Amino acid sequence: MRLVTAVIKPFRLQEVQDALHTVGVAGMTVSEAQGFGRQRGHTEVYRGAEYRVDFVPKVRVEVVCEDADAERVVEAIEGAARTGKIGDGKIWVVPVEELVRVRTGQRGASAL
Amino acid sequence: MHHYNSGDTAWVLASAALVLFMTPGLAIFYGGMVRRKNVLAMLMQNFVTMAIVGLLWVWFAYSLAFGPDWGGLGLLGTFHFAALSNMGQLVPGMAGETVPQVAFVVFQMMFAVITAALLTGSIADRARLGAFIVFIIAWSLVVYAPLAHWVFSPEGWLAKRGVEDFAGGTVVEINSGLSGVAIAIVIGRRRGWPRELMRPHNVPLSVLGAGILWFGWFGFNAGSALSAGRAGTAFVNTNTATAAALLAWIAVEKWRTGKPTTLGAASGAVAGAVAITPACGFVNTVGATVIGLLAGALCALAVSLKYRLGVDESLDVLAVHGVGGFVGMLSVGFFGTAAARGLNGLFYGGGAALLGHQALAVIVTVAWAFGATLLIGLAIRKFMGLRVSPEAEITGLDISLHEETAYDLEALSTGGFGHHVTDASGGGISIPARRKSTPKPDGPND
Repeated sequence: MRLVTAVIKPFRLQEVQDALHTVGVAGMTVSEAQGFGRQRGHTEVYRGAEYRVDFVPKVRVEVVCEDADAERVVEAIEGAARTGKIGDGKIWVVPVEELVRVRTGQRGASAL
Repeated sequence: MHHYNSGDTAWVLASAALVLFMTPGLAIFYGGMVRRKNVLAMLMQNFVTMAIVGLLWVWFAYSLAFGPDWGGLGLLGTFHFAALSNMGQLVPGMAGETVPQVAFVVFQMMFAVITAALLTGSIADRARLGAFIVFIIAWSLVVYAPLAHWVFSPEGWLAKRGVEDFAGGTVVEINSGLSGVAIAIVIGRRRGWPRELMRPHNVPLSVLGAGILWFGWFGFNAGSALSAGRAGTAFVNTNTATAAALLAWIAVEKWRTGKPTTLGAASGAVAGAVAITPACGFVNTVGATVIGLLAGALCALAVSLKYRLGVDESLDVLAVHGVGGFVGMLSVGFFGTAAARGLNGLFYGGGAALLGHQALAVIVTVAWAFGATLLIGLAIRKFMGLRVSPEAEITGLDISLHEETAYDLEALSTGGFGHHVTDASGGGISIPARRKSTPKPDGPND
């Protein structure tokens, strides 16, 4: 099994969710995140004082899938999250040793 | 028996309630501008000020401000009205008023409350509560009450010279601005200022606070007419100047940084209400509009001044109330018109005499507020210390001073990780009845 983690622009979340659904992903975990890459942050002005905000809001999407599906999941996220502008985010894939469905105790791919 | 007018009395009492409401409004205006870890401490200082000055006023401070003059010098009132004794008499020098003195007492009380409360903006995020309380008591008696006597009491030396200050451009606005700078210098900068990011944590709160201030300011300004029948001019001028200043502030922002800001609109409204405060009964629509535009633009520029001076006057009491007060007080010298009330200013054929009175009042207020507050601050710093420890400041005042958290928005912290410390066994904690539910079929996240 693989864990696919993507950090994307928040406004692309709906498209990414739809794309993942299309490739048969049954579940995902989404969390709000903050960070920066080459895009860096942005500036805000309050009463004439300019503040450099380094960390910009992002959404982190996590999906666990079977090894064979990982590439399709990555492609689905990549296609849906891309705007072509700086700050579109990153996707990475890591192996998963074990998976447990808490309710039933099922192990491995059957817990997906 | 005096000839009290029930309409006038009702208006002044209602105005007192409107002005009281300005202080919680100010509290959330400022509370939104501080960092999340300090918002409760800001609200607390404001609420405590309402209580302290509320008591101090009826016991001593009112009498020092409005009591019969001590020795005819126009410097301070006596204790004739202390603890609200002799309330059957008229306010000395105010013959012909149609409102009983107790109504005037409570109306003026709210001015003393909010002026002291304004100082919370200058020392945000770093003051000890005990030291703050001592400071507010000393400041109200030593700085506010005498200045109120000079300007607001008909027996005060500035009032007798012909200074026109309708609702407190000197006593409230310039006084708080300059006192704020003085106490900010004494207490020192916030740790990390100006290098660190200290952006407002909740701008909507600040906008609502500014709205409450705008609302309450009708009582503040139009109530100062002490007459329902003559309140209309001050009322409408308050709105005109506030509106003009809001637009001027965001226009300056658009020109300076390219974007008008919400906090700028809120701040502009406050700056306009500040500036029209001394002028609202003495000018016409032209005057009110120009005063608003000037105040909005100048205050918007003045907020950057503290970075040049290196003084962390944190929430810009000087830039908004000090500068707004200057604009209003001096504008009366130009735009004052006898057609409204009072003397004619420079633009209405009255010559420069009125402007001279106004300038004198501004200079005196600047010197008094700054100097006297500096001395009080230094004394308190020497004898009890003003600041919290560096650790408490970094943790935030809400936790370190009050052991409270303003917002519990994160799911984890509302969940099962806290427990009732008073009953370690858990025996006294009520547990909600277990709800029965059938397991749902596998869905997302299952």
